[in-house]
Amino acid sequence: MINAHGCCCRFLLKMPGLVFVKESLVSSLPVQSVACTAFMSHFSSTQLVIKTCRKMGIQTVAVHSDVDSSAVHVKMADEAVCVGPAPTGKSYLNMDAIMDAIRSTGAQAVHPGYGFLSENKEFAQRLAAEGVMFVGPDTHAIQAMGDKIQSKLIAKAAGVNTIPGFDGVVKTAEEAVKIAQDIGYPVMIKASAGGGGKGMRIAWNDEETREGFRFSSQEAASSFGDDRLLIEKFIDNPRHIEIQVLADKHGSALWLNERECSIQRRNQKVVEEAPSTFLDPATRRAMGEQAVQLAKAVQYSSAGTVEFLVDSQKNFYFLEMNTRLQVEHPITECITGLDLVQQMIRIAKGYPLQHKQEDIPINGWAIESRVYAEDPYKSFGLPSIGRLSQYQEPLNLSNVRVDSGIQEGSDISIYYDPMISKLVTYGATRAEALAKMEDALDNYVIRGVTHNIPLLREIITHPRFISGDITTNFLPEVYPSGFHGHQLATDSRRELLASAAALYIAAQLRSQRFLLSTIPQERGKWELCVELGKDRHNVEVTRSGNTYTVSLSFSFSLSVEVDAGRVEVSGEWNLASPLLPLTINGTHRMLQCLSREASGEITVQYLGTSFKVRVLSKLAAELDSYMPEKIPEDTSSILRSPMPGTVVAVAVKAGDTVAEGQEICVIEAMKMQNSMTAAKTAKVKSVHCKPGETVGEGDLLVELE
Amino acid sequence: MVRHSFILFFFIERIRLPLDCRWYSVSHLSVQERIDKKRKAALVGGGQKRIDAQHKRGKLTARERVELLLDPNSFVEYDMFVEHRCSDFGMEQDRNKFPGDSVVTGQGRINGRLVYVFSQDFTVFGGSLSGAHAQKICKIMDQAVMVGAPVIGLNDSGGARIQEGVESLAGYADIFLRNVTASGVVPQISLIMGPCAGGAVYSPALTDFTFMVKDTSYLFITGPDVVKSVTNEDVTQEELGGAKTHTAVSGVAHRAFENDIDALLNLRDFFNFLPLSNKDASPVIECHDPSDRLVPGLDTIVPMESTKAYDMLDIIHGIVDERDFFEIMPNYAKNIVVGFARMNGRTVGIVGNQPKVASGCLDINSSVKGARFVRFCDAFNIPIITFVDVPGFLPGTAQEYGGIIRHGAKLLFAFAEATVPKITIITRKAYGGAYDVMSSKHLRGDMNYAWPTAEVAVMGAKGAVQIIFRGKENQAEAEAEYVEKFANPFPAAVRGFVDDIIEPSTTRKRICRDLEVLASKKQVNPWKKHANIPL
Repeated sequence: MINAHGCCCRFLLKMPGLVFVKESLVSSLPVQSVACTAFMSHFSSTQLVIKTCRKMGIQTVAVHSDVDSSAVHVKMADEAVCVGPAPTGKSYLNMDAIMDAIRSTGAQAVHPGYGFLSENKEFAQRLAAEGVMFVGPDTHAIQAMGDKIQSKLIAKAAGVNTIPGFDGVVKTAEEAVKIAQDIGYPVMIKASAGGGGKGMRIAWNDEETREGFRFSSQEAASSFGDDRLLIEKFIDNPRHIEIQVLADKHGSALWLNERECSIQRRNQKVVEEAPSTFLDPATRRAMGEQAVQLAKAVQYSSAGTVEFLVDSQKNFYFLEMNTRLQVEHPITECITGLDLVQQMIRIAKGYPLQHKQEDIPINGWAIESRVYAEDPYKSFGLPSIGRLSQYQEPLNLSNVRVDSGIQEGSDISIYYDPMISKLVTYGATRAEALAKMEDALDNYVIRGVTHNIPLLREIITHPRFISGDITTNFLPEVYPSGFHGHQLATDSRRELLASAAALYIAAQLRSQRFLLSTIPQERGKWELCVELGKDRHNVEVTRSGNTYTVSLSFSFSLSVEVDAGRVEVSGEWNLASPLLPLTINGTHRMLQCLSREASGEITVQYLGTSFKVRVLSKLAAELDSYMPEKIPEDTSSILRSPMPGTVVAVAVKAGDTVAEGQEICVIEAMKMQNSMTAAKTAKVKSVHCKPGETVGEGDLLVELE
Repeated sequence: MVRHSFILFFFIERIRLPLDCRWYSVSHLSVQERIDKKRKAALVGGGQKRIDAQHKRGKLTARERVELLLDPNSFVEYDMFVEHRCSDFGMEQDRNKFPGDSVVTGQGRINGRLVYVFSQDFTVFGGSLSGAHAQKICKIMDQAVMVGAPVIGLNDSGGARIQEGVESLAGYADIFLRNVTASGVVPQISLIMGPCAGGAVYSPALTDFTFMVKDTSYLFITGPDVVKSVTNEDVTQEELGGAKTHTAVSGVAHRAFENDIDALLNLRDFFNFLPLSNKDASPVIECHDPSDRLVPGLDTIVPMESTKAYDMLDIIHGIVDERDFFEIMPNYAKNIVVGFARMNGRTVGIVGNQPKVASGCLDINSSVKGARFVRFCDAFNIPIITFVDVPGFLPGTAQEYGGIIRHGAKLLFAFAEATVPKITIITRKAYGGAYDVMSSKHLRGDMNYAWPTAEVAVMGAKGAVQIIFRGKENQAEAEAEYVEKFANPFPAAVRGFVDDIIEPSTTRKRICRDLEVLASKKQVNPWKKHANIPL
């Protein structure tokens, strides 16, 4: 079985001695007889590294866990080595197995990618001890920047702005509370060793500090094998803007402009763009220069990212430095035209930088959406799993780049991050890049797992986002009661109903097209009733063109009367395709058919969100009122798992009395720990799970009385 | 020219009409009045009060059902004026006579294709079966067989018309006989939409497919009261003979639907898969799905470890047209999957072992489920595509005492006897006797393929090694040797028992191409009165 989502492979690149002495395509420097081995933690970036290595004439070795043995990157690489079973601690975090793989394949260099061991200094040291080249910064730079406290001290010394109220390592919950009180709430608690938002929580009081301490240390331990924590002042309404730097082993460093990464959920990035709408050239230069100062201060070499928090007054504070390739690096590549992977390999081999600071342009605009296998309707995204029964990337569009490590048939498992792909669009202007992103999201076919495209599409079309008025609190501010999908207005509701009616008619007409049978007379007019939610709409469809044809595809031009409003719909559909391109009142739209049932139930993806409608003939709609209503199961006293995962802890037993909001159990999925709380105060009737058990979405965990 | 003659004809009509009226005016008017009155009465069945009661139960009337099932305005009703002939117990009184009696019969079209329908009317004497009621059903069944069109029965009847006594019983038997003689000639479908109890249950049981409506339909020989008095069991109607019981436990019904409308719309959908009679080829509908479409997901679907499960439905959905698969008996004997789909527009029957349930082994229930489906397909010229991943027959006393030998033989019999195009794909395990049974080359499989993951062998490595190398020390080594030799498609391929080893992603393409070739397949079994399948 393969696993398939973005975050779990790594691989080795190998270039055999003098056999491959030829010019690498991009650098136009002769590739010497040095072989290298690369590890990447994301399938998607693994492929990027392999592609770049191919261009450079370098052979690659992929390492994988046993569930990933048929993943795309494994097939792409010249060799593949299995380093253990699915749990990351036994495979991708298993340094012994990886060192063995390096030895057995004779790999001479390692590309660390992002995540897992990419910023692990011990790993870098072991590689150095074996004489294997590490495509990344030197051990001491990783060590200096890998430690949040030390990195800030270094940054401060290097003249970089740092966040006020910053303090030290935390060992116990009470110590955490004391530190938090000293800094003053709100504070942020975070794993020292972790990058991004992993293990990061915000606490507004003592109680939350204790809870945050517990979760963050556990998560830190499970993800990084290092449970140290950091507590610092939390800045309200910040923007997260980071600077890409590139430094060589000869003391030169460049800044490759910024990436705006403010759109986050649970402190993990969702939508990124480059450049930022917020920075003026002076601020950009100031940030870039500080980032370069820091890189030079730690004798950094390779690609790195200096993250800043920027407040509304354009004051910026150093957050941390990531000593690896970032997930969102493609947008920087888009606007600068540089291949960062190639630059990293060149630098690792000791070549000086090819470019000067004034050579680094901002050409156009690039947006990246992180497409996750998660349910955006639950806390802006809870992990979902499944098999990708259909998968089609929108690569038919120009200026669209999709970095993914999966393919149709891939399994999204509970073991790793739920990232499906990074969807990058590019345009001469921001508006162009955004329009392209809208198009790309509409054309992206993902079936078999719940995904966050509805949320992504809502974000990039939201007026606040379009105007550039964003902060890291964008999602909770814009959707205070949670995300509920696209909200239909009168016009869009009409369009949706008309499209559904057209789809119904297409299917009805096709179902009469038997070979060697007389075709029944066409109907001039269809009187239908379309149900959306609890509302019913009368829909009358007449042909507005000459005719519709059903042969091989359904091409049509219909005039649809919906609740006394007229909609003109035309298009040409292949009923076997999930994509339904059509023109509604002159506007081109791409809808997707998610399901079509004999009962008239149709689920379509419209403006990113999936809507379920039921199309009935007028007669069936009239008779439908006699149908008995099915009584749904009473769920108030039942706690079900909201996602697939592993039960980490169960805090109650049968007979216990729980208070509303009290923690009942903790489910871990895709390295996120989720606390399940009681919906009401009641006595526990029965417990149906135990720690260590794997549960599926919707599985019964605990029953209350 | 045409217009001219039309006008002429019109004039003649105008001239003749007054003449008719003059000659027959008196009787004509009264007859016309009576016709209208009877028709009007027939249309309301048991009257508005009973119609309201029917609606209140969440059920539609017999006529509403027919109207929903058939294409608009296509229904042609028969015997609207037939009345029951009972003269006992006051039944002869006018108020106890209902034109058409307790059933609506006729023919119509579903997506343009002819079908005969009867719909029992619960509002007239609880839909009870009188001699006249049975006679009406028999009439349409006879004609259906004669012209070669399927029969759909919408059952909603309290049982025999007790007032008529033996005449009612005779009526049942008349229907049973027609069910049997029509079996294998035209497809027969029963949709149970209300009670169906006692002798009445045997008509649906004799038809090819029985569907039920959840919560409002029941099928049982004897109701809960009799059960209580005979066996002292406390059981509700729903538990004894509801849709859930029959689709998951007894295997009497093939599918259940949410309500009347859902059931009728699904029935229309289902009907599109069926040929009209055994003289018709498997129907071909216009297909938008390319026949040479590759299915890349299939290359990775079979897990590396041969003990790990996967979902056979994922394979089926990937291969068939538009992922459209009408599963038969989805909740019964789930270790085998059967149902209808289309390949390049042509209806096919799909049979597949389901590794997700009981490792996909064959047991009593799955053998019987598979056998009946295969025989239906064979009777109606529907090609059979078989996906094999079977570790063998299920061992154990329960199975042996239950007669797995004779029940398993049914599936073997059905596959061996079938002369329709048979295409078999071994996806993984094909062990032991179960390999033979599952449409193997030896049972006249037309095209037999193996995926690279196929293992055709007498049994799994562990068991085989324990027998071949009994007492030997190095079991692990022997096991490895066995796996190397047998746990792959080669032993079968070198002997020609599989025609080719194919890349899973090309399976759809291969099947579609083969079906084109096999469309003209002709194979005849020796003459016999009928075969003797081990019932």
